Amino acid sequence: MWKYILKRFLLMFPTLLGVAVVIFVLIRVVPGDVVELRMAGDRGAVSEEALAKERARFGLDRPVWEQFATWLLGVARLDFGRSMWTGAPILEEIKLRFALSLQLAVMATIVAVLLAIPLGVIAALKQDTWVDYAVRIFSIAGLATPSFWLGIVFILGLLIIFKWLPPMVYTPFWVNPWQNLLQLIWPALAVGYRYSAVATRMTRSAMLEVLREDYIRTARAKGLVEKLVLSRHALKNAMLPVLTVIALEFAFLIGGLVVTEQVFNLNGLGLLFVQAVAHRDYTLTQALVLLVASAFIFVNFLMDLMYAWLDPRIRFR
Amino acid sequence: MTHRYRESRLILAGCLALSLALGIALTLPAMAQDKPRYGGELVFVVPSEPPSYDAHQEETFGVIHPVAPHYSLLLRVDPFDKTGTKPVGDLAESWTISKDGVTYTFKLRKGVKFHDGSEMTSRDVKASYDKIIFPPMAMKSLRKGAYAAVEAVEAPDPQTVRFRLKWPESSFLLNLASPWNWIYKADTLAKDPWWYEKNVMGTGPFKFVEHVRGSHWVGKKNPDYWDKGKPYLDGYRAIFISSSSAQVAAVRGERAMIQFRGFTPADRDSLVQALGPKITVQESAWDCVLMVAMHHEKRPFDDKRVRRALTLALDRYQGSQALSRIAIVKEVAGVQVPGTPWATPPDELAKLAGYWRDINASRAEARRLLKEAGVPEGFAFTFKNRGIPQPYEPLGIWMIDQWRQIGLNVKQEIIEASAYHPMLKRGDFEVAMDFQCGFIVEPDLDLGRFLTNSDANYGKHKDTVIDDLYVRQARAIEPEERRKHLRALEKRLLDEEVHVLYTLQWHRIIPHSSKVKGWTITPSHYLNNQLDTVWLSQ
Repeated sequence: MWKYILKRFLLMFPTLLGVAVVIFVLIRVVPGDVVELRMAGDRGAVSEEALAKERARFGLDRPVWEQFATWLLGVARLDFGRSMWTGAPILEEIKLRFALSLQLAVMATIVAVLLAIPLGVIAALKQDTWVDYAVRIFSIAGLATPSFWLGIVFILGLLIIFKWLPPMVYTPFWVNPWQNLLQLIWPALAVGYRYSAVATRMTRSAMLEVLREDYIRTARAKGLVEKLVLSRHALKNAMLPVLTVIALEFAFLIGGLVVTEQVFNLNGLGLLFVQAVAHRDYTLTQALVLLVASAFIFVNFLMDLMYAWLDPRIRFR
Repeated sequence: MTHRYRESRLILAGCLALSLALGIALTLPAMAQDKPRYGGELVFVVPSEPPSYDAHQEETFGVIHPVAPHYSLLLRVDPFDKTGTKPVGDLAESWTISKDGVTYTFKLRKGVKFHDGSEMTSRDVKASYDKIIFPPMAMKSLRKGAYAAVEAVEAPDPQTVRFRLKWPESSFLLNLASPWNWIYKADTLAKDPWWYEKNVMGTGPFKFVEHVRGSHWVGKKNPDYWDKGKPYLDGYRAIFISSSSAQVAAVRGERAMIQFRGFTPADRDSLVQALGPKITVQESAWDCVLMVAMHHEKRPFDDKRVRRALTLALDRYQGSQALSRIAIVKEVAGVQVPGTPWATPPDELAKLAGYWRDINASRAEARRLLKEAGVPEGFAFTFKNRGIPQPYEPLGIWMIDQWRQIGLNVKQEIIEASAYHPMLKRGDFEVAMDFQCGFIVEPDLDLGRFLTNSDANYGKHKDTVIDDLYVRQARAIEPEERRKHLRALEKRLLDEEVHVLYTLQWHRIIPHSSKVKGWTITPSHYLNNQLDTVWLSQ
């Protein structure tokens, strides 16, 4: 088991290094330049002298390999440098937005899990009845509805019906829980609905598959109460793929809620990501990609451990 | 008879007294409405965020809108002047100009204090202008070129600042009212010229409270502000919202009172419809314009007949009516914003190519010129446009349709916004949209880009006549003389040589909460953001 964990853990590093190389090259291939963008503003004309001074200040006049080496050495020391757009330390920029993104991801996950698991299980148990059809319609509608669109509907609904809009400035939960929830509950519902649709479909199909397994038939034949058959034998085994979906969605939510954050004006990592790319802020984009990649890789690592715990065959392979 | 006469006189006097009392009673609330009220927090939306806090080094309104209330200028543009072209004293109490027009002497106000409590003197003004005009080696200054005429800035005594120029420049005074030229503290600059990139400390009406990046900026009233009785507000809060639909929602949901840059006609209409009298709309011609650059080194655009045909094809008057309903453009204008001192009168404008009232005659002439230049019917070229919805996309589509009507087959290529400026600079285009936004409507500031050696001469024209006319108008002391040179420059630029093609003037629309008082729209979204005159009626 320990060998398995160590192997999985060590595999994370070459993956991250690969991501670092790819993003460093890709962001520089995209046309545009942070210095020109920042200085051209609305007026459009900037002298070459001013541009050269600014490029030198950011080290963009140095050879690319030297820029990469400097950046990589910094990353190894957990120093991601400064944003080329704001001049602020990257870690500070990320820290500012991380709490909101994490809270939103957690809230959306709670919404999704609370909806998906009961609905998926009920749909599987009542297969091909009106209950199953209703759940399937609900989940297919969730898959087909982009969360930002649902967010816009929420906002318009609140504005038109209640003449009210959620707060536009983030208040941390520990400062004012009510204000915090007033702002985040709407995007959490919008995102959680789509997220729950994916998980509901997965729960239903996994349950249907598990319920046809021999060991379920054996459990029933032994005279085990149906509740125990479902919770101890069926649900636990059906949870393997469901957990994977939930975990990957969670990792995606950390930096992937680009449009939803714009719709609700949330100062999260998704919005920061878009701005970083739009501004060609190389250092910030690189750090954010690494962060999101790390989140995915770490969640994957946790899932591997979870699999090993849930399914002994993996441990002993 | 006498008795009846006395009676009627009494009735008349009673009526007069009653109407007087009624008149006063009715006028009082209106007067009370117009009298500034103290207190309250102004909440406004800023669509962009300050990259740094140093306006001397920045070029975006994202710096001006949230940060300007912390600073004073030497001169400012009169906050109540709708043309945005009248300089008034800010830190300067008075000024004199020498007869030869090369020495400007300013007397500063006494008792002006920085937010740290220290006294502001001429040393601070000199240090700030030295940073702008003669920046330290590694530091950039985006407006250094605008002060090429300045030989030296001097501070002969604590209350006097003197600018010595190498040659007279008619725009100099107005250029000193630039909203970017914040006055910093000399001692701080001496210790660290970069300090103001990350810190705020001025003499303005509001003190800095906090900036949460990506979220908001807060300022509070400066009780020691030099203009006693101002500011009226207790403070302000700028919320950064990049999405335009979220900006509109913020105003509609009354989470914000105003956005100082501008909304689209559709946004204005939806806000007015939803909020009725709770919304007040201010509109103005906007000192921003989209032009068309035609590459003078690429055939057939090296031929002025072809360039002239392109401008003759445009029915600007009809375009103004149609596009102003869907895009932030409206006014048909020459090289200066309509309604401002140097704007072209409509009759003179109508004589320039592309501005004729008879569009059929104009297009017939365009076809004739194309034929004469050997450009075949259906000639195809690519028009490069910037990937920004407003107003680039609607204007681009409109122009392609106009050019189609003189037999040209134009393909539009949208270039992503961040890659656009480098593309223009490389000259990698035949015909492309060019853009400019000014902070004050002033020919020197707006027309420098058309000089042969300008960094913004993307079409790469070489025209010494334009260069000469520019210098002549800039150095003309008499307004009539300046106007004459300016009109000649405009005629050469837009009509005779057609080095560029002006489309339509942008149109600034600010729908704001009716509670917001004391703020006047100007043609520039860089102006009038110190907020000292702004107050809330409720």
